[in-house]
Amino acid sequence: MSTDDATQQSGTQHDQWRAQLDRYLDGELPADQMRALDAHLRSCPACSADALARVQFKRAVKTAGARFAPSAEFRNRIQKKIGAKPGRSWTFTWSLVGAFALLLIAGLLTAYQQRRNFREQQFYNEIADLHVSTLASSNPVDVISTDRHTVKPWFQGKIPFTFNLPELQNTDFTLVGGRVTYLGQVPGAHLIYQIRKHQISVFIFPEDLVALHTTPHDAKAHSFNLHTFAQDGLRYIVFGDVAREDIDKLSAMLQSAAHSS
Amino acid sequence: MCVSADAQQRGTFEELAMPLFNQLYNFAHWLAQNRDEAEDLVQETYVKALRGFATFQQGTNFRAWIYRILRNTFLTSRTGHKATMTVPLNEDEDGPVVEAATDTQTPEAILIDRDHQDLLQSALEELPLHFREIVLLCDVEEMSYQEMADLLGIPIGTVMSRLSRGRAALRAGVQQKLQRAG
Repeated sequence: MSTDDATQQSGTQHDQWRAQLDRYLDGELPADQMRALDAHLRSCPACSADALARVQFKRAVKTAGARFAPSAEFRNRIQKKIGAKPGRSWTFTWSLVGAFALLLIAGLLTAYQQRRNFREQQFYNEIADLHVSTLASSNPVDVISTDRHTVKPWFQGKIPFTFNLPELQNTDFTLVGGRVTYLGQVPGAHLIYQIRKHQISVFIFPEDLVALHTTPHDAKAHSFNLHTFAQDGLRYIVFGDVAREDIDKLSAMLQSAAHSS
Repeated sequence: MCVSADAQQRGTFEELAMPLFNQLYNFAHWLAQNRDEAEDLVQETYVKALRGFATFQQGTNFRAWIYRILRNTFLTSRTGHKATMTVPLNEDEDGPVVEAATDTQTPEAILIDRDHQDLLQSALEELPLHFREIVLLCDVEEMSYQEMADLLGIPIGTVMSRLSRGRAALRAGVQQKLQRAG
């Protein structure tokens, strides 16, 4: 087979995969085709870049499309128009309805909380996997530099946001480098810092990637320590096997750098 | 001490319909492209839906049902009538859709910048009605292809090809605006 034939065949195969991308991202492909396309995306940078572009476009349309909100006055008017109109005094009935509503709300709140905790736990598990697999890799970072002015610009054009990194002079921390990482198909920054002989991962993603607690908080996942906070639309996750004080110290420096941007 | 059948029905309707109020209003505004008309459209939809609620089959898709009422109400309005005049009658919607690779220079990366939201909104506004509504139903309302097929009264194959063409047209519109902007 000539090189031209091979290129043409490969082009046709890409077209076949690409023809399925929209259905894949809309969650409308049958499970077996979903798995096949999943596997292809992992091995084909061109198609995965295309998929990423389509996800970004879909998200942008979602944000831009949710544009118009009704006024409270208009809502009240419609509510009055369609609302139930009881003819007699229904004190007892409404008490029952109220009691049921309270029970329902309590149930819903519990279910919501459980679901949220489950999602959060899943999120932290993925973060732990990313941290461990990166450190186990022979090339944990794609940009190797202790200079924040080298590492930060390296991410330009690779991820859809920018961030500030702290000055580490006179601290025990050293910047090792960084790489682009993905969580749920969303690109983010993965930075590696070192303190003594320990390595700490700092992940930065768009804040809306996952609904975590909105306030900064500490947690433990698989015996690792982590601290997370949100700043200017970005979610920072500081993660490692070092002492809690070191995680907190690095988080504070990152937060202060982010704040000064 | 019993609630009358009418009040009970109104209560059930309210429980199902009011959580969709904001979404319906947003969709109505995108269809009518005018606040007053959007309000009229939503009001008429709620009145019609309440009146016809007895014919709604409990357990089936209420969202698709009320969206269909809203869309039909719009299509029979003067603005809707005018908008449908621009839909090409002989559009070969079931034909193959040529999927081009999204170029790295395409506007996706730029659009995530919030400053460019107005550019995307204006490209959405300029899309022909049949493209605008399907893109919004899929990407904003997150409806399934089946729901959209039921709502629009078209086969699933047509939903897929129309959606694909709508997205391509939107992308092209954004691209054009970006080029014009400089």
